[in-house]
Amino acid sequence: MTTTERAYTGKKGKNQSSKQPSTVQKPRKIQRSPGWRILVTAALAVAAVYFLFPVYWLTIAATKSTSSLFGSSGLALDNPQLLTNLVNVVTYDGGIFGRWALNSVLYSGVGAVVATICSLAAGYCLAKFTFRGREVWFNIILAGVMIPGTALALPLFLLMSQVGLVNTYWSVLLPSLVSPFGVYLGRIYAQAAVPDSLLEASRLDGAGEFRIFFTLVLRLMMPAAVTIFLFQFIGIWNNFFLPLVMLSDQSLYPITLGLVQWQSVSDRHPELYQLAIGGAFLSVIPIMIAIVSLQRFWKAGLTEGSVKG
Amino acid sequence: MTTTRSRHRLTITGLLGPFIVLFTLTMVLPLVYAIYESVTGIQRSGAFGQGGSSPVFVGLDNYITALGASAFVASLGRVLLFAVVQVPVMIILATALALLLDAASAWGVRFFRSAYFLPYGVPGVIASILWGFLYTPGLSPLVNFGSALGLNLDFLGGGSILWSIANIVTWQYAGYNMLVIVAQLKSIDADLFEAASIDGANAWQVITRIKLPLIRPAIVLTTVFTIIGTIQLFAEPLVLKPLSSAITSSFTPNLSAYNEAFANNNYNLAAAESVLLALVACAFSFGFLKLVTRGGSSS
Repeated sequence: MTTTERAYTGKKGKNQSSKQPSTVQKPRKIQRSPGWRILVTAALAVAAVYFLFPVYWLTIAATKSTSSLFGSSGLALDNPQLLTNLVNVVTYDGGIFGRWALNSVLYSGVGAVVATICSLAAGYCLAKFTFRGREVWFNIILAGVMIPGTALALPLFLLMSQVGLVNTYWSVLLPSLVSPFGVYLGRIYAQAAVPDSLLEASRLDGAGEFRIFFTLVLRLMMPAAVTIFLFQFIGIWNNFFLPLVMLSDQSLYPITLGLVQWQSVSDRHPELYQLAIGGAFLSVIPIMIAIVSLQRFWKAGLTEGSVKG
Repeated sequence: MTTTRSRHRLTITGLLGPFIVLFTLTMVLPLVYAIYESVTGIQRSGAFGQGGSSPVFVGLDNYITALGASAFVASLGRVLLFAVVQVPVMIILATALALLLDAASAWGVRFFRSAYFLPYGVPGVIASILWGFLYTPGLSPLVNFGSALGLNLDFLGGGSILWSIANIVTWQYAGYNMLVIVAQLKSIDADLFEAASIDGANAWQVITRIKLPLIRPAIVLTTVFTIIGTIQLFAEPLVLKPLSSAITSSFTPNLSAYNEAFANNNYNLAAAESVLLALVACAFSFGFLKLVTRGGSSS
């Protein structure tokens, strides 16, 4: 246990020292005139307007009735009726939107958890065990990072249809369980954060290899785990091509596919414009809150990934 | 080592096995299958094919057909043009934002960082629906604003649609790329800045002599991922298609393969197009890596 803690603090200590530049620099720079500071802030503010403007528009648009959506300025409120609109979104077509949201959570949640554990186990194995063909496997997996996901969707559809899995939860879930980038990140992280001496000590204590992995290694690799989980979750949540190819049953759709369907028929059914906007608003807001509040976790593994990239 | 040989093997199988099985089933097998499909054709027996159909080896026929179709070749050219413009714009924007944030001489650094990263959580199709509204005349405050200034903004026309799509992609991913670069900037040793300030280096010299060389790996990584991403362009043009007559059913290679498979039921040609797309993506990302490792300074 004490060794574990030392490994933990050792890692933390390194992170702290690596964070120092931003705090230590501050008083040192001479050329920080107020004019310069205003200039930099202004540049950053212009960029912020660009990134936030569509979100602002979406928020305003989500409060409008179908007629004022087309009849009033897109930048200002006009008889806001956000609640009515959102109720319309979640009750339309027998509450299909809630079903899509649950499906998205299922695909992303289950997919990301399994992908994270499998990637960490594989990454740890490739980092800490020597066996024949280790580097070959690692290079094959690395090549997998380079393969465009959409190039695999069509053959996957054909294979899935041969085993009767097309248009089932499995057809979207199975390909979501794999993250070659996670293995890459996991290996680099295990090399840095899992000390050999600790593994040896646990083995001498008589702990089995799988117990060592699940109780000790997983804990040491937690920062990498969170990063892999978040990336995989967002990746699956945002995925569109795979469910589009695989699914024909509306009740299996994730949100992305459902909203595109609403949007694509909205030229014939104008009321769907408002539903697509309200649905986009409902699906984007929780993810944005999650992204901002979990922001510090995005960095932990990112550096490890790019250092040797 | 207290482990015996067979225990060692069992451990490796248990740790690496699950990933390898899933990896083989969902990546290796489909890739092999796509290559198989792409060199296969359907041969129909009987006068009108009523005798059933069977697959036959056709060599590179499907590839020749794909590369002989001007629409597909044009779509490849379109995404390459897209990548040549969009990748540098996005990476330069991401690097500039990261450096400005890191300069830490601005107010509200945390707020700005969150604001830039936010769009990463918006799925590509929803970002496209959003911007689609912002491009639509009559709905868009941007078009209205433009016409108030006497500008006739046409985001959906043939000349501008590709760059309207580039804007959506940049909006979505610039903040994510910025975050990767910021992470690397944070890992630069503080002593370097100290030494630089003792030597009397100004802010610009610190950026060009210390920061840029040291964040090179992050820039290379984000560039490769951006190249792979842009070549797969699909969701954005698909969503914008009902809004713009300039987007054809073979606007990008992926759209072309999708329509070939599901509208024309020609899976073999679609497979050949998918394989070609993967080859182009690999060629460009490896080519880029070769270029930067050969020409780059050792850092």
